[in-house]
Amino acid sequence: MREISLHILDLVQNSIEAGATAVKLEIIETIVKDSMVIRVYDNGRGMNKKMRQLVIDPFITTRTTRRIGLGLPLMDMSTKRCGGYLKIDSTPGQGTVIEAMYQHSHFDRPPMGNLVETIKSILVGNPVLEFSYKHTVDDKSISISSREIADILDGISLTQPDVLIWLHGYLSDNIANLYGGANDENN
Amino acid sequence: MKTIEDLKRLREQLKTKNNLRHDGGTQIIVGMGTCGIAAGARQVMTAVLEEVAKRKLEDVKVCQTGCIGMCEKEVLLDVVRPGEPRITYGRVTPADVPKIIAEHVVNGRIIAELAIGKIVE
Ligand SMILES: Nc1ncnc2c1ncn2[C@@H]1O[C@H](COP(=O)(O)OP(=O)(O)OP(=O)(O)O)[C@@H](O)[C@H]1O
Ligand code: FES
Ligand SMILES: [Mg+2]
Repeated sequence: MREISLHILDLVQNSIEAGATAVKLEIIETIVKDSMVIRVYDNGRGMNKKMRQLVIDPFITTRTTRRIGLGLPLMDMSTKRCGGYLKIDSTPGQGTVIEAMYQHSHFDRPPMGNLVETIKSILVGNPVLEFSYKHTVDDKSISISSREIADILDGISLTQPDVLIWLHGYLSDNIANLYGGANDENN
Repeated sequence: MKTIEDLKRLREQLKTKNNLRHDGGTQIIVGMGTCGIAAGARQVMTAVLEEVAKRKLEDVKVCQTGCIGMCEKEVLLDVVRPGEPRITYGRVTPADVPKIIAEHVVNGRIIAELAIGKIVE
């Protein structure tokens, strides 16, 4: 994947396929520590110890449509190439936390890419998922949750055209602001 | 800078316009499995949402789904008009989206060259 934000979309899709009804995405970028940490928490079916150890292998998948699972192995490789790691913490029946770390300044680190479209796609494309997103870059941070938006919308859909335009503007403005206004590396 | 307050104001305006969405609208479904994403599913989703906003389509439902098992035909996009069969389009690019929306979603004409399957439900 050319963008970290595409891996993020993929992780959230894993959670949904594991039956999660709530997913929390947390991104923490700390320039002085030269680190970018991404965590996806879910309340899906979870994985046992054996599964946790095996899933980094592409030949391990519970999907039935294809014999290899690519999502986690691809992200694992991508983090390791960049002085980071992928960690899986999971309790069967309770949920999973996937943590991915990249060395922020690493030459090979993929750009975050279009995070606005990733968040928009998750929010709009999964109307019943309880999704929350918190993103910190040094001392600035933003957060948004599907519940907060749904409470305000009170029955109106996120796909209502004017609401979509608001959502796009809101995410673009706030994410650009995290990076000091000029959203340079992320087109 | 857009704020949550803007959304609250928008909600009030929409309430008075009283065009709350009626059920039974057309559904657009984008496949977001790993190879879908790698093949550009998110960009297709972006194009769909842009088109919905631009054409002011009030009664369209957009959702994402996981892998359907046709990796070589990704990106996959389905259109379901109420009471009609579910049509699957394959190898969809963002450039195809305006046409799919104009022809099929709005006017009900299936684009045969892009369609790869039909499920009668
Ligand atoms: N959040 C999660 N909760 C529970 N199980 C998970 C989660 N994420 C992954 N898994 C398990 O790990 C397996 C491997 O995941 P991975 O993303 O690598 O491949 P996949 O989802 O099966 O296929 P692909 O990502 O290629 O579409 C999954 O099939 C699933 O069983
Ligand atoms: S991920 Fe859906 S068919 Fe490939
Ligand atoms: Mg996966």
